[in-house]
Amino acid sequence: MAVLSDILSQGVPVPAHRPWPRVMVSARLWKLAAQGLADGHWSLLDLSAEAAAVHMTLFEERTTSVAVISLDCPKGRFPSVGSVHAPAIRLERTIQDLFGLIADGAVDTRPWMDHGVWGVRHPLGEVTEPAGESAGYAFLAAEGESLHRIPVGPVHAGIIEPGHFRFTANGETVVRLEERLGYVHRGIEGLMRGADIGRAARLAGRVSGDSTVCYALAFARAAEVAVDVDVPARAHWLRALMAEMERLANHLGDIGAICNDAAFAFMHAHCGVLRERVLRAADTCFGHRLMRDCIVPGGMAVDLDDPGVAVIDALMAEIRRRFPALVKIYDNTASLQDRTVGAGTLDPALAQRFAAGGFVGRASGRLFDARRMIPYAPYGQLRFEVPLLVEGDVNARVWIRIREVEQSLALIDQILAAMPAGDICTGLPAGGGEGMALVEGFRGDVLVSLRLGESGKIERCRMRDPSWFQWPLLEAVIEGNIVADFPLCNKSFNCSYAGHDL
Amino acid sequence: MRSLLLQGLFRRPLTEAPPVPDAADLAALADHLDIAARRRLGRSLSIRHVDAGSCNGCELEVHALNNAFYDLERYGLRFVASPRHADVLFVTGPVTRNMREALERTYNATPSPKWVVAVGDCAADGGLFGGSYAVEGGVSRVIPVDLHITGCPPNPTALLKGLLSLMER
Repeated sequence: MAVLSDILSQGVPVPAHRPWPRVMVSARLWKLAAQGLADGHWSLLDLSAEAAAVHMTLFEERTTSVAVISLDCPKGRFPSVGSVHAPAIRLERTIQDLFGLIADGAVDTRPWMDHGVWGVRHPLGEVTEPAGESAGYAFLAAEGESLHRIPVGPVHAGIIEPGHFRFTANGETVVRLEERLGYVHRGIEGLMRGADIGRAARLAGRVSGDSTVCYALAFARAAEVAVDVDVPARAHWLRALMAEMERLANHLGDIGAICNDAAFAFMHAHCGVLRERVLRAADTCFGHRLMRDCIVPGGMAVDLDDPGVAVIDALMAEIRRRFPALVKIYDNTASLQDRTVGAGTLDPALAQRFAAGGFVGRASGRLFDARRMIPYAPYGQLRFEVPLLVEGDVNARVWIRIREVEQSLALIDQILAAMPAGDICTGLPAGGGEGMALVEGFRGDVLVSLRLGESGKIERCRMRDPSWFQWPLLEAVIEGNIVADFPLCNKSFNCSYAGHDL
Repeated sequence: MRSLLLQGLFRRPLTEAPPVPDAADLAALADHLDIAARRRLGRSLSIRHVDAGSCNGCELEVHALNNAFYDLERYGLRFVASPRHADVLFVTGPVTRNMREALERTYNATPSPKWVVAVGDCAADGGLFGGSYAVEGGVSRVIPVDLHITGCPPNPTALLKGLLSLMER
C-alpha cells in the first residue's frame, strides 16, 4: 500500500478537523503507515501525543496532501515508528518523557527532554513522582585507538542558546557527534492547556524568538481554521509582509554570521547593518523590532500606514543598493570559499528521508516550501521562485539564503503594491474545533495542531519546529570534518534550540 | 571589496546614523558610561552571557549590541567567552529547571566582584512561562540579581541603559 488515501479510507474519520483529514486507526494501520514512511512513500511532518493517544502527521509529496492518523493507546503503549523510520526517534523519546507513553520496539529509550530535575515525571500524562536520583546520561560509544572526547555546553563560548555537544575526535577529525538537547524546555505545551486564546497566542509567539512572526502566524491560522472563520484580506497581506521581513532579517544575519565563523568579520559587519535596518523599519512600522504580538488570532493587532510604506520602500532600496556588492565579495573571496565549499555536506537522500525543511533541505535537493507546496493566502497570488541546489554543503546553504533574500525583496514589493485596503481584524467566534496550519518560516516549515474547546480554551496545542528534523542531520554532516569547522557547519544549519525544546 | 572599504572611509560612521532620539540617547550613554566605568573598572567591563532558557529573542538583541550602530566595545564593554573572564553575568530566560545547575556553576566560576543582570521580562519572574513544571521562574530564584532590564525582548538601547545604571549604583 503506497497511497495515503488508502490508509485514510480504512480509518475512522474525526469530524471537524480542518483543513486536512484526521482519522483514528488500528495498530495494524499505524504500523503500515510507519512502514510507508520507511519506504519513502511519504514524509513525517510530526509525531505527537496526548494523555492516551498518539498522532502521526504525514505529507504525501506526489499529491501534496497532508493527513493525520491517530491511535488510541489505552494501555499506554504504541508501536514504535522510530524503529523503522529514524526521524521519529527523538519525537518518541519526548513522548515517553512528557506523556509516559511507551513506544514498543523503540531503538532508543533514553530520556530526551527530561533531565531528571523537574520534580515530576510525565508532566503531561499520568503524572508521577520522580523515581529518585536519575542515572547519568549514557552517551553513545565510539570505539577505536587514539579517540578523545570533547564535551561542549550547555553554556557556550558565544551568545548562543544552551545545548550540549559531545564530540569524539581522532586528532582533529570528528568521528562522532552526539547532541543532547532539552535545556530550553519550558513546558509550553503544558502551559497551553487551559489557556485562553489571547494568552496562548502570546505563548506561541515566544516559542522561538527569531521566528516569532512565523509561530504567531501558524498559531493564528490554526485557531481560525479550527473555528472556521476567515480574516479580512488585508490581514493576510500584512501577515505575509511581516513573514518576509522576518525572513529577510534572519537570512541577512545568518549570511554574515556564517562568514564570521569562517573568520571573515567584514561580511558580518555589513550584513549586521542591513539586518539592523530591517529591525528598525519593523519597529517604526509595527512598534516592535521583532514584530512580536502583532499577529493575533482573527487578524492583526497593528496596521501599516502610508509613512510605514515609505519606510519599507526605503529599506528595500537600501538593501538592493548594498546587498549585491556583499554577494560579490562572498563569491570572490577565496579564503572564504576555501572554508565553505565542501564543508558539512548533507547527502540529498538523507535530507529527503528526514524531510528537512528550509534552506537545509533546499540546499540538498529537497524542493519543499510550504508557501508553494501547500499555499496559504496571499502566496497563491504572488510570484516567487523557490531556489534549489544539490551540493548540500555550507556554501550551498549560504547561496540558498542569498537567493531567498532576493525573493523576499521581490515579494515585499509585490505585497506593498497589491495590498488591499480595509479591516485588519475580525473577532474569533466562540466555539470549538480542531485546526492545523503549516507555515514556512525562515528556517523551514512550522506546524501547529490545535484543539479548541467549546469554551474557547485550548485543550491541546502542539507546535513542531523544523529543527526537529534538522538537528539529527547536523550530527550526520559533521562526521569526517574537523572540529574547527563545527561552528561553520552549525551556523549554516542554524537550528533552533528554543523551538525544538519548547 | 576595495570599493566597499573606500566607501567605509568616506561615509559617515553608522554609529551616528540612527534616528535622532536614539542618537542623543546613545551619546548621553557614552559620556556617562565613560566616567562611571573608568571609576569602577578602569574603562572596561567584561560581560558573560548565559541563556537560561530564553526564547532566543533576548539573544538577538544582545547580538545587536555588537553591530555598527551600537558598537558596544567603544564604551569599553565587551562580551567574553568564559565566566572566568567576566565582571558581569547577563542572564536571559525564566531559568529552566534543566539549566539551573549550569547557571549555578557559571555563577560560581565567575570571580568576585561580580554583578548579575537579569535580562528580559521572563528573567525577572518567569514571565509567561511562570508556573510551568519546567521553569524556576526568574533568575533571582537561583542566583542573586543586581539589576533587571525589562522588555520582551529589551531593545539594544534599553540594554545599554541597563548596563549604565548598574555602574552608577
